[in-house]
Amino acid sequence: MANPSAVCNGHLHHHHQKQNNLLKSGIYKKNGITKGMKKNGISNGTLYKKTFIEHFEQAPMYVAVLTFLGFGVGTVFGYLRDFMRAWGLEKRNVATEREQQKDFVPLYQDFENFYTRNLYMRIRDNWNRPICSVPGPQFDLMERVTDDYNWTFRFTGRTIKNVINMGSYNYLGFAETDVNALKTVTIELQKYGTGICSTRQEMGTLDKHVELEQLVAKFLGVEDAMVFGMGFATNSMNIPALVGKGCLILSDELNHTSLVLGARLSGATIRIFKHNNMQSLEKLLREAIIYGQPRSRRAWRKIIILVEGIYSMEGSIVRLPEIVSLKRKYKAYLYLDEAHSIGAVGATGRGVVEYFGMSPDDVDVLMGTFTKSFGAAGGYIAGKKDLVDFLRTHSHSAVYATSMCPPVAEQIIRAMKCLMGLDGTTQGLQRVRQLGKNTRYFRRRLHEMGFIIYGNDDSPVVPLLLYMPGKIGAFARRMLEKNIGVVVVGFPATPITESRARFCVSAAHTREMLDTVLNALDELGDFLHLKYSRYSKSSHPELYEETRLELED
Amino acid sequence: FQAPAYHLILEGILILWIIRLLFSKTYKLQERSDLTSKEKEELIEEWQPEPLVPSVPKEHPALNYNIVSGPPTHIITVNGKKCINFASFNFLGLLDNEKVKNAAQASLKKYGVGTCGPRGFYGTFDVHLELEERLAKFMRTEEAIIYSYGFATIASAIPAYSKRGDIVFVDEASCFAIQKGLQASRSNIKLFKHNDMADLERLLKEQETEDQKNPRKARVTRRFIVVEGLYMNTGDICPLPELIKLKYKYKVRIFLEESLSFGVLGEHGRGITEHFGINIDDIDLISANMENSLASIGGFCCGRSFIIDHQRLSGQGYCFSASLPPLLAAAAIEALNIMEDNPDIFQILRHKCERIHKALQGISGLKVVGESFSPTLHLQLEESSGSRENDVKLLKRVVDYCMNSGIALTQARYLDKEEKCLPAPSIRVVITVEQTEQELDKAASLLKEAAQSVLN
Repeated sequence: MANPSAVCNGHLHHHHQKQNNLLKSGIYKKNGITKGMKKNGISNGTLYKKTFIEHFEQAPMYVAVLTFLGFGVGTVFGYLRDFMRAWGLEKRNVATEREQQKDFVPLYQDFENFYTRNLYMRIRDNWNRPICSVPGPQFDLMERVTDDYNWTFRFTGRTIKNVINMGSYNYLGFAETDVNALKTVTIELQKYGTGICSTRQEMGTLDKHVELEQLVAKFLGVEDAMVFGMGFATNSMNIPALVGKGCLILSDELNHTSLVLGARLSGATIRIFKHNNMQSLEKLLREAIIYGQPRSRRAWRKIIILVEGIYSMEGSIVRLPEIVSLKRKYKAYLYLDEAHSIGAVGATGRGVVEYFGMSPDDVDVLMGTFTKSFGAAGGYIAGKKDLVDFLRTHSHSAVYATSMCPPVAEQIIRAMKCLMGLDGTTQGLQRVRQLGKNTRYFRRRLHEMGFIIYGNDDSPVVPLLLYMPGKIGAFARRMLEKNIGVVVVGFPATPITESRARFCVSAAHTREMLDTVLNALDELGDFLHLKYSRYSKSSHPELYEETRLELED
Repeated sequence: FQAPAYHLILEGILILWIIRLLFSKTYKLQERSDLTSKEKEELIEEWQPEPLVPSVPKEHPALNYNIVSGPPTHIITVNGKKCINFASFNFLGLLDNEKVKNAAQASLKKYGVGTCGPRGFYGTFDVHLELEERLAKFMRTEEAIIYSYGFATIASAIPAYSKRGDIVFVDEASCFAIQKGLQASRSNIKLFKHNDMADLERLLKEQETEDQKNPRKARVTRRFIVVEGLYMNTGDICPLPELIKLKYKYKVRIFLEESLSFGVLGEHGRGITEHFGINIDDIDLISANMENSLASIGGFCCGRSFIIDHQRLSGQGYCFSASLPPLLAAAAIEALNIMEDNPDIFQILRHKCERIHKALQGISGLKVVGESFSPTLHLQLEESSGSRENDVKLLKRVVDYCMNSGIALTQARYLDKEEKCLPAPSIRVVITVEQTEQELDKAASLLKEAAQSVLN
């Protein structure tokens, strides 16, 4: 993902000797960027108990050129339309300031909204699509049409039924309306109502919260846990409580907005290391300890590393064993945000800590959200009792924000009990296994078809690269015509040349649903020329009994 | 032609100088160029960080939470004891309203619990759209936008409009969520004394003279005033008519935070704009949370589409967070229905507030802070003992006395080190529509007794 002109061999080598070496050490990677990374992988091979395969293939050069061309054309037309609007040649569709306030300082700069007005507006119908059913493996979309090229929408009143849902974060399929499954939630809703009307420290701690916190601590295998009403707010309100001025935060390049906001609000110094790149992190750690704070050279009070379990735009899994060894060596603290990985990876759904076979004591602060795998809302922070006691007293959320609402807490409790097997069935384990199977099948088939997919082979978040701005809109609309709902993302959530479609595999998807999606993707891939990958496996079937034995130099 | 001798000598010296410069070491200002790798390893070995969290004393009041068994309704079971609830912000008593619960149940059957996605990625449900429409219609504005958490509402709304270099005039007594929103926006913050319009005008005049010095910069610097309808920390209201005059005089936009006044003030509960009879379009943005009067979770902002639509792409708590669970949205819609159908509850609530406000006057040792029609009052110590810790302990004894006799109260909690203007320790008294006159009288007399026994 560095510069398109970097060395990127277009052919595939089979180094059998190297294969043996790498198989012994247990880690290898397919990467179009630097070879140094791979060498490091070999030397740290003993940290990883199972193979760690990530793909970040680069597209051929002509794709980048065409992408920039596409944006260029869009920009030129954008200027043209702005010009026509300013001179009254075209109708202005956007809302305007009040007459009485026309001489106030303008609220928005024109150029700030250039991208929104001219590029985003053209394909706006692919986002904010309203649904009117449970966000399970299939859902019902409300049909929306626009009469004026996406400036306004109107509902026709019809619903598009049974659209296959590849966009919602429903990894374990707990977003369901089965009456038996929701029995306890119904009872608690009747008993408690929907509101709390108070904060945790005042009158807002219910017995339900205590029950939930004990269950979360047991689930994760830690001493204590605390739950909060919103996942985003869990980060933005607790990181400032843990670090302050004089501390150093080392944050991954691609961290989520909530982590970035929490780090900024804390007032600590922030330094960014390259995505999942351990050399970059080690270099920053060494520099920080040796040279201290800038200008005054005082030692840092503490150093905290912010990483996520699964990165939602890349589908990559954090290199936890290496980070933990670095953290031990340099005495830093680790804050792991498992928003997407809790419940989704690991043999029993305990997240990346279990996935790598490590113990929860290795991570200082375990944070996660309940929105994705548990089909509820809210977040938690877990760890040692000292940490959680401190957060009970000093977290912004405990003092000023409402606590979690009881029916939502009950949904988490029942989902967690199901996962832990405490409800007497093995349904939880089955769901985790099904998710793993679905993920591996989906990713394998997409690789075979020749799409460029980013991320780790075990991550249920599957980004499929589209690159060109014109294809973003075309892809999403055509998939909807085939009754499949996908999520597409472009700039500014991703780098400008790497627009993508992101699939979220769920345990509730059946093999037929996945096959329907895959066939549609196959067709659409041919039609839109999306199969950029040069390592398409279907061309060498006999050499690929296992997906792992691919190497690239 | 022979060059003169001094030419050759000069050129020779120059060439030698260049050669010397080429081979000398470069001089970097930043690094300690003398650290050997052994010294570096030693530094790394020696460095000891602070512990991740400082230890918290066991008797810290916040570690011993009040645990409520069952719903925090009018009769609340705190720590095993049944009390009358004077601590939860359940102003309109909608927390255990049957209709609200039925609406939530119906939504649960249809949608499940969570939305599994942010608004942009299939997290927009028809109930969200309906709630936004209803709120906009109720408040008589063009558009409304919903957030899934009350705190995040104003904390995301302010940074969406006010950026680095802009100026925000904010009241000293504003709540913590506003302070966090201001911190995230990185704008220039100017605090004015609580409800003091003269102080605000002084600041605005100062800014005007600054502007005249640099008119180009002034043309692009946005200005905002952020005030609350009913202040959580002091229980009084902001003088909105004067603020509107200042708005047009100095060309500043107003953001109004109405978490406590929504569903309380005004003839139909529309908040402080209805209370004063002001045209709602004069306020640029109204933000409120649904966690008080509407007894749900979440928050909303309403105003003209020109303003609100911007948050759909730049409100961080909106774009990057999962949307509000549909059952909570359905509960809020039903609560709005009840508010619209029974407009007389607001008058009843005000009547009760005035009653208890009068009854609490004259307690020796405690003074009442708050307007007579405000449903949340503070009881502060008339004379502080000198140290905040002791004040807090005294007030805790008053609260415990009341709790033991069946009235549930709580102290107002703050983060001492984080607040810009830390209010004095106080007991929070919340009045709801469900409290009967006897209960109000009982609470007042109990507080008198408690103050007598503890403070004298």
